[in-house]
Amino acid sequence: MPHAGRVMREILRGIGITARHFFVNMAFHTLRLFGIRTKRRGAVTVQYPEERKALSPRHHSLHRLRPRPDGRPSCVACMLCVTVCPSECIFVEAVGEDDPEVQKYPARFVVDLDRCCFCGFCVEACPVDAIRMDTGEIRLASTTRAGLVRKLDTE
Amino acid sequence: MPADVLIVLVKVVLTMTWTLLLALFLTWVERKESAVMQDRIGANRASVFGLRLFGLFQPFADAIKMFFKEDFDPKFSQRVLHWLAPTVSFFCVAVTMVAVPFGDTVRLFGRSIPLQVVDLDAALLFILAMLSLGIYGILIGGWASANRFALIGSLRGAAQLISYEVALGLSLVGLVMVFPSLRLSALVEYQGGLLFGFLPRWGIFLQPLGFAAFFLAGMAGTKRVPFDMPEGESEIIGFYTEYGGLKFGLFMFTDFLEVIVLASLATTLFFGGWQVPWLGDGGFVFPGGGRWALAPWAVTVLRVLSFNLKVFFFCWLQILARWTYPRFRYDQVMDFGWKVLVPLGVVNILATGLILAVR
Repeated sequence: MPHAGRVMREILRGIGITARHFFVNMAFHTLRLFGIRTKRRGAVTVQYPEERKALSPRHHSLHRLRPRPDGRPSCVACMLCVTVCPSECIFVEAVGEDDPEVQKYPARFVVDLDRCCFCGFCVEACPVDAIRMDTGEIRLASTTRAGLVRKLDTE
Repeated sequence: MPADVLIVLVKVVLTMTWTLLLALFLTWVERKESAVMQDRIGANRASVFGLRLFGLFQPFADAIKMFFKEDFDPKFSQRVLHWLAPTVSFFCVAVTMVAVPFGDTVRLFGRSIPLQVVDLDAALLFILAMLSLGIYGILIGGWASANRFALIGSLRGAAQLISYEVALGLSLVGLVMVFPSLRLSALVEYQGGLLFGFLPRWGIFLQPLGFAAFFLAGMAGTKRVPFDMPEGESEIIGFYTEYGGLKFGLFMFTDFLEVIVLASLATTLFFGGWQVPWLGDGGFVFPGGGRWALAPWAVTVLRVLSFNLKVFFFCWLQILARWTYPRFRYDQVMDFGWKVLVPLGVVNILATGLILAVR
């Protein structure tokens, strides 16, 4: 064992590092336990359901349809999002409208979250900035498939 | 006579309960300690009536889970052996705890009761023998599972444990040369003396090399991570492969018991067992000349506390090592055992003999 000395030193250095982490973190945990708030915490863990980290503004969460001032969805049913969607998870049923300002609107706008890959292409493709993925809603799990099919026009 | 039997029974029950409780909570300690080392928090959700207590109820939740899991027998396995393996493994390790003295003698109702279940004449040999017998649990388990990975794991385990058994035995020879007895109570009693008038006469100061070899060989004997050849989670699943539910739980529990046994052995042999530095039967006598008289019950409490604290420390140290080092390759384990630890043990014997002869 020609490297025995060096190996030994590295082994001791390794356990020194982990022991240092242990004691430093323990010190901060103990301070917190006695109600002393320190800037640094003993752990980087975020206790998720009770504590939330702020989502990044670019985060892709559940889709929404931006409403017009009168409350109707601003979508013009141009089908660009349906075309661009790589997962083919958007279904839009277009209906004609007498109002020349609107011309077409979606009678049904359905996103199947079971298939959606949250790529955000629909948001990029939309010419009128109607669909957005900025609701911040990330708890989308459901116990049924039907629960994953979201009707954005009525919600 | 009935009183004697009763006393022994009470001591057996107390020792076993305490050891098993310690092993149970060691699973919690392992989770929490690894978490704190890695800047995490660790299991803290188990609660009873909304009381969380840092996840202290987690071991019970785990135990309940183990109880209710399917007790699976693989189709080609040999039923009886498959069931026997974890039991043998568990028994051989658990039984060693009876020989470990965890306190001095207590005077109660006119009797003097040594705080040790049985004071065997050759306790050291008994413990080593029982720990070696634990290999049978692994071998039987691997064989009875009728699974190639299990068999590879168990054969690896046997090879590793037998190699390290040699190193473990050799590392203790120096200790036996220095100390007057193989009786653990006498060993601990002897370590209450002073070295050069101020140092407690602990094994670590008499046999530093022996301690290093002993602790490393002992850690290999617990077959936990840096030395987990028999298990090898990432390549073969090892002799656990065909085990589930309570039987697997028993194997896992045995691992934690081994940690405790190694910790209490290291304490008893090298760190003065239940001795507190400079604490005599009548109280503290400091080498500088100071005195602090204590009542006999206080002395006993301090001594039992001291034993437990030392055991906790060594459990902590083993878990720290387990979460620090990646596992060795198989050939490295063998190299380390035969080319480092065995020669170290031999050198230690020679050096000890030389010093004893010159003195």
